[in-house]
Amino acid sequence: MTMPAPPMGLIAELTHRCPLQCAYCSNPLRMDAPKSELSTDDWKHVLDQAARIGILQVHFSGGEPMARRDLPELIAHAAGAGLYTNVITSGVLLSDAAMDGLMAAGVDHVQLSFQDVDPQKADHDGGYRGGHARKLEAARRIRDSGLPLTANFVIHKRNIARVAAMIALGEALGAERMEIAHTQYYGWALLNRDALLPSREQLDFATAVVEAARARLKGRIAIDYVVPDYHAARPKACMGGWGNRFINISPSGKALPCHAAETLPGFTFPSVKEASLAEIWLGSDAFNRFRGTGWMPETCRSCDRREIDWGGCRCQALALAGDAAQTDPACHRAPDHHRIEEAVAKAAASEALELVPRRMQ
Amino acid sequence: MGAVSDVPAFRRGVKFRFDSVRDSWVLLAPEKLFMPDDIAVEILKLVDGERAIKAIVDDLATRFDAPRGEIEADVIATLDDLSARGAIQL
Repeated sequence: MTMPAPPMGLIAELTHRCPLQCAYCSNPLRMDAPKSELSTDDWKHVLDQAARIGILQVHFSGGEPMARRDLPELIAHAAGAGLYTNVITSGVLLSDAAMDGLMAAGVDHVQLSFQDVDPQKADHDGGYRGGHARKLEAARRIRDSGLPLTANFVIHKRNIARVAAMIALGEALGAERMEIAHTQYYGWALLNRDALLPSREQLDFATAVVEAARARLKGRIAIDYVVPDYHAARPKACMGGWGNRFINISPSGKALPCHAAETLPGFTFPSVKEASLAEIWLGSDAFNRFRGTGWMPETCRSCDRREIDWGGCRCQALALAGDAAQTDPACHRAPDHHRIEEAVAKAAASEALELVPRRMQ
Repeated sequence: MGAVSDVPAFRRGVKFRFDSVRDSWVLLAPEKLFMPDDIAVEILKLVDGERAIKAIVDDLATRFDAPRGEIEADVIATLDDLSARGAIQL
């Protein structure tokens, strides 16, 4: 096997704590307790190593990364190491003082998420009263500070009808980028799938709205559209391929090829407290197991898209086919593709189901 | 579609820098990164928010042995593509 190329991005999940309770969250059901979180110095050590092994961008995520008081200190440290810094936030903690802290630290970009455009529905789905209003304030602070803004909308069948209004809100807020992201069904979202997964007709509607907006806004606002692979003919190249582009560090310091990987049985994920990032990237079983094409089942190995889709998502293969080493059932060629069709039919038959909110046990 | 009088600039939050680990230029943008090819690197080195596309083409035409029309088409195509992907404004 040839030497893997250096990783491009580090996803630093600073904490699983979050003031919101979104039922579409892809965090694991069993979240890391606050007392197990890496210390400030642990994270600084990770960031130094990340820059040395070729990581270019660090995405501070969670949970809510702003729930960590040391976020500005970590951003400043990352920027000092030459890393491009991105904060992925719900915005509800982004006060004037917090914004000043991010700016002083040298943050490059903020991605701000919204639950909906209807304040009442947004607050209900986020489980945080007044949250939507705070997000609007956060967007204003981000723009006033001169930073670029990405407005992120996660869509599902409860809010998909308002996708045109979401794009209009992003425009009104002065976003440079928007993400219209269909829910990815992991963790809490998988638990709530029947209440979230849109029908084919709803999906086609949203796709048409996004395509029209893209044409209208070309060169001004870029819209990234993440399609739900339950309705796609081909699976997504999860994380751009296992161990190919990203390292995800969980709040307690486990290095994961993707943030849902802890659901996979039979793995020991290395901790950044016990191994270097270089050892983890190049030498760990966890990162090598599904890297490249050697592990692939026949369906993938014989496919001319094997180095485009990379077999899809291992966690989805486990969740839906019961075996992480199978072709992702999202692929129309997968032996287990019928499970996707069954899930779509089941969700379509489930109207007005209550959501299970994301909460720490 | 970019015109020769357009003045390209990096959009907010976009950084064009040399990566010593890969020994190559990289374009870092919000939630995205690009590995520009050799031609794009030469073009991007001339993007400063002041030079118009015409001046960029003039500069490249004096240094590279290629018909001016071809260089102009390359410059416009490269910048149009990066504009559509949100890295450059024209």
